[in-house]
Amino acid sequence: MASKAVYSRDPMLKKRDDFEDILEERRNSSDLRYALRCYAPVVYKGLCPSKAGTLKSMVLQSDQLHYVIHQVCRETGRAVDDVQEEVSSILEEMAHRLQLSTVRFFAFTLSKVFKTLFRSICVNEEGIQRLQQAIQEHPVVLLPSHRSYMDFLLMSYLLYTYDLALPVIAAGMDFMGMKFVGEMLRMSGAFFIRRSFGGDKLYWAVFSEYVKTMLKNGFAPVEFFLEGTRSRTSKSLTPKLGLLNIVMDPFFKGEVFDVSLVPVSISYERILEESLYARELLGVPKPKESTSGLIKARKVLSEDYGSIHVYFGQPVSVRSLAEGRVNRCQFNLIPRHIPKKPSEDIHSFVNDSAYRLVRAQEENMVLKPWVLLASLLLQNQVSGQKRGIALDELTEQAVWLRDLSRQYGAFLHWPEHTPPSEVVSSSLSLHRGLVRISEGRVQLALGQTGGPAAPGEPRSAVTPEEELLSQAVIILSCASYRNQALHVFLRPALLASAIHTASSNKKQEVFNSFSFLRNMFSNEFILCPGATVQDFEEACYLLVKTGALQVTQQDVLVTERGHRTLVFLTSMLDPFLQGYQVVCRFLCEEATEALTEKQFIPAVRKFIIKHLLAGRLRYTEVLSSDLQKNSLAALLRLGAVRKIKGAEQGTLKVNTVMVNSLEDTLGGKLPTQKAVIARL
Amino acid sequence: MLYISTKYQIIRKDFPFYLGKTAHGGLWVQIKNLPGHLPKESPSHVQEIMKWNGWGYSDSRFLFNKKGQAEFTGKRYRLSGMIIPGLKDWFECTFGASLQHKTPPLLNSSAVQPPTLNEAFVEELKSTGIPFSQDAEDRVFRAHGHCLHEIFALREGKFGRVPDMVVWPNCHNDVVKIVELASKHNVCLIPYGGGTSVSSALECPPEETRSIVSLDTSQMNRILWVDEKNLTAHVEAGIVGQDLERLLNESGYCTGHEPDSMEFSSLGGWVATRASGMKKNIYGNIEDLVVHIKMVTPQGVIEKSCQGPRMSTGPDIHHFIMGSEGTLGVVTEVTMKIRPMPEYQKYGSVVFPNFEQGVACLREVARQRCAPASIRLMDNEQFKFGHALKPQVSSIFTSFLDGLKKFYITKFKGFDPNRLCVATLLFEGDREKVLQHEKQVYDIAAKFGGLAAGEDNGQRGYMLTFVIAYLRDLGMDYYVIGESFETSVPWDRVLDICRNVKARIVRECKERGVQFPPLSTCRVTQTYDAGACVYFYFAFNYRGLSDPVQCQNLHAAREEILANGGSLSHHHGVGKLRKEWMRETVSNVGMGMLKSVKDYVDPNNIFGNRNLL
Repeated sequence: MASKAVYSRDPMLKKRDDFEDILEERRNSSDLRYALRCYAPVVYKGLCPSKAGTLKSMVLQSDQLHYVIHQVCRETGRAVDDVQEEVSSILEEMAHRLQLSTVRFFAFTLSKVFKTLFRSICVNEEGIQRLQQAIQEHPVVLLPSHRSYMDFLLMSYLLYTYDLALPVIAAGMDFMGMKFVGEMLRMSGAFFIRRSFGGDKLYWAVFSEYVKTMLKNGFAPVEFFLEGTRSRTSKSLTPKLGLLNIVMDPFFKGEVFDVSLVPVSISYERILEESLYARELLGVPKPKESTSGLIKARKVLSEDYGSIHVYFGQPVSVRSLAEGRVNRCQFNLIPRHIPKKPSEDIHSFVNDSAYRLVRAQEENMVLKPWVLLASLLLQNQVSGQKRGIALDELTEQAVWLRDLSRQYGAFLHWPEHTPPSEVVSSSLSLHRGLVRISEGRVQLALGQTGGPAAPGEPRSAVTPEEELLSQAVIILSCASYRNQALHVFLRPALLASAIHTASSNKKQEVFNSFSFLRNMFSNEFILCPGATVQDFEEACYLLVKTGALQVTQQDVLVTERGHRTLVFLTSMLDPFLQGYQVVCRFLCEEATEALTEKQFIPAVRKFIIKHLLAGRLRYTEVLSSDLQKNSLAALLRLGAVRKIKGAEQGTLKVNTVMVNSLEDTLGGKLPTQKAVIARL
Repeated sequence: MLYISTKYQIIRKDFPFYLGKTAHGGLWVQIKNLPGHLPKESPSHVQEIMKWNGWGYSDSRFLFNKKGQAEFTGKRYRLSGMIIPGLKDWFECTFGASLQHKTPPLLNSSAVQPPTLNEAFVEELKSTGIPFSQDAEDRVFRAHGHCLHEIFALREGKFGRVPDMVVWPNCHNDVVKIVELASKHNVCLIPYGGGTSVSSALECPPEETRSIVSLDTSQMNRILWVDEKNLTAHVEAGIVGQDLERLLNESGYCTGHEPDSMEFSSLGGWVATRASGMKKNIYGNIEDLVVHIKMVTPQGVIEKSCQGPRMSTGPDIHHFIMGSEGTLGVVTEVTMKIRPMPEYQKYGSVVFPNFEQGVACLREVARQRCAPASIRLMDNEQFKFGHALKPQVSSIFTSFLDGLKKFYITKFKGFDPNRLCVATLLFEGDREKVLQHEKQVYDIAAKFGGLAAGEDNGQRGYMLTFVIAYLRDLGMDYYVIGESFETSVPWDRVLDICRNVKARIVRECKERGVQFPPLSTCRVTQTYDAGACVYFYFAFNYRGLSDPVQCQNLHAAREEILANGGSLSHHHGVGKLRKEWMRETVSNVGMGMLKSVKDYVDPNNIFGNRNLL
């Protein structure tokens, strides 16, 4: 049932709901009346009504916290009162103070802001109905994708609009820096967690008990971001498991009958933080969140950010997911309030579930035509055509790609009754900061320094490095749009690249190569653990279905008409391949004994800039620190680089032979190593 | 088997055998010579006074009369001959059932397969003079217990493998002879006591090719001696609960062992299944009550050499016997503890605002170790059910009082009628102590928001447990089937298991296409230091389903119980119904231990009912 809804074999068969624009009503009726209207949401049937204050005392009196407090006292010799005081202050720092008046305030102001910024905010109302049902039946966890600061305000706004229970939201502590705003957010349902509290048993206990108490009592839907932080690249981030573990725990321990997980996909036609992200990825440090910074951001109010699509996915029952996978009897022999590290099977179950949920988010992300255009323009730019691409050629390619992506199951919003050329030109005009059209030819707006992204900067003498970085801002912004479509093409693209690098057409060899690439990139993209064969089959299925490939018992053959598809697909993955290779090369050539984890990004960036300026690298995109971090993570995972715990921070120890051979395998110079192969 | 649960104590103590008080107070009556125990001279015809395809006595059943009102027939029970006005509405509303749609049982007891006889065995048996029968009715009657699927099949006229003959030993020595002959001729023996099993323990294994002989212990029903100095009684194992109690009562004693099935279940059956009695808080469960057991096995007779009250002589051999479910031999004689009859009994009840508070109260009572003889907590659904079973009230005054009570609880005290729940209590002992005890318990209850709700409600609560088995037969006349099951669980899990198992049943029914939400309800029936016994009932309307019994979700419900830290069984036993979970319940080594005992005691699987292992 629900578990099957998360993964379906043929993406074409996916049925999706229609959207309604909620701003339309806001434009036609009073915002004030809307903000003050009667709000009476349906609630969980097992709700024990409690105030935010009673919630705190429930947490403080919980068995689990008692146990941990006494444990800490025993271990450290501190007095119980002392530790209890610390617990109270942790809770004080963390807890939300959800109140309706603040929500009404936000409902009013956000209505104004949204109407200025966006053309429409579209919501699938069937999803809302499913959610309403789910909220009554079981405790609900909302899992929105995270692309913008906007996300959680938007979520609460929507739930208020539809008269649904307002969520409590796990937010990072960095918001707390913004004094007034932090408190406002707290009163609209945010609770704050420290970014890292690795070994702090007490903190973890308070935090997990707080979340569980809210969940179990049906106090409110709990909302958090599986990806942990905003994705700066528009690619989904590999999921973080901590909170998912916490919300599943009450089910494992039988404290609730079931928990509904609702993946929510929020897609922005234009992301507010677009160029901010690009700069951050390039190493221009991100401005610390501050209230004054937010006010400066007011200039964004004058721009057109297109539309937002919010898709509330099918609620996923933890019970159905866990059926046959988790033996809940493992909790029978130890009192449930004693904290225990999750067992191996629970850990792998939570991990798998997290990936499936992120996949579910990806699948329901609405793609705009611009996403396809960005992919095409990036590829065109790299292929070295200095004058850009003719508008009608771009249109032809876009139509081709539209059809291809639909066959791959993309959730593409392409206006049906508009001529393609109009679709293309209106998309281009919305993103005019990123493209330049002259003499009927289109190219990325690389020439202008700064561009609309940073108009305030002085235009003094420009060094080649500065010019490179300013071009990179445009390219990374563009890439972030292309990345929105990556999940659609990912599996076929991995197969295309595997065919490209494999030494023969033998199916087994192509599979080996596919499996190598997939393994290599599993920190970069959302690839469900253990699903290599499934992914391979899906990729084959899609390419065969579209006539690009013939797959026999033994061989994998590219057809005549498949050539175009395969070139497109390999080009899509190429920047990543090159990025990983260059990181490998850096590690072999320049990594010294004393390279620390902290120094890695600046050093590799310097190395890449040098090579880019020398014209030895094709893709400016590899400057993305996200890609660099991911490749390091992959190398660490594969054991090619080891982290040695130093006094202060980890030092990186490089296994040069292994890194070298990985680089060569990525480049297709070495056959896939036997060691990393699964059997087909 | 507990689910019929006659609190026929109510009936018997207050009604047929003693001077008792009628429902409406004041009038004292005495009725003599009432039922219960079967005429000894016609051993093979129990079925003349018992239903062969339903629960209990033939003359006692629920029916909807011509006016569409429910009534209970017969004269045996307190409810007998009464009109129950609320039942029809409750029945129709709860199950979406209709009196228009009937499913009467089919009556073709002729489709029984001819017996497979072991001629040599039959010949030698004849020479011993022990009575036996190959009559189809006798055989079918002993081929089943009272699981839903068993009764359902009987009503449909479907008989699987049934015993090939029935023997009625009259004493221990008869059993020794029968077991010897069975071993000699390789005949399969299935001991039969009261036939109230709810674990498929009496079902004949369909793969059994040998002749199957049902060994009916009903004629071994004498109390052999009573030892007033040590307060013990030596009793034959075929005696039925109500007879044992009645006979002991005559000399001023009782065992105090009152499983809900005690009208029909036998002492031997209690031992073989590790039975539990309603008043175990005073008298203990069967393992606390037995002092000495004699069992006949294919290897010979097993018993201890003395009646010492406790021994340190290695693992207690009684614990190989108790719970062996007829796989090792036949229990023939038992020495049991007896107690002087209590001077005073008092029922009581407490209303709680919700189930959570009720459980918290029971937990506190257990913590203080002050549980009355019986304390049970019904959830809201069961409370409503109990309400629907209120017999017609004759005086306006009573109904006015009822209304007033209801008003006080729901309006004045603010209890939500859809959340409140009721605990029923039974106190026993010296009058003074009972009153003291009662106060203590009510004081604890008050701390959890409990309000005393009178003796009558308490009494009706216990009555509910006994009528429910008869009610199942009524439901089956109208497309409604139901089943019950139990578990034991640590205190901290009680609320979770109740919620989750009930929800699982609802969900499974929905997934299997049951049209109307099922009745899914539970009650906490026993308290222990470290946990409680929880009893679940569910029932649903199966119109439109092709295979209703398959839809009964027992399997899913048990999985849910185990996943929530509950036990495989508190007192029903394992039988064949639950044996798939035995290994995970007792571990591999535990399984090996039990197997090796079976292999030694019964290498040729003479006691071949295939229960447990």
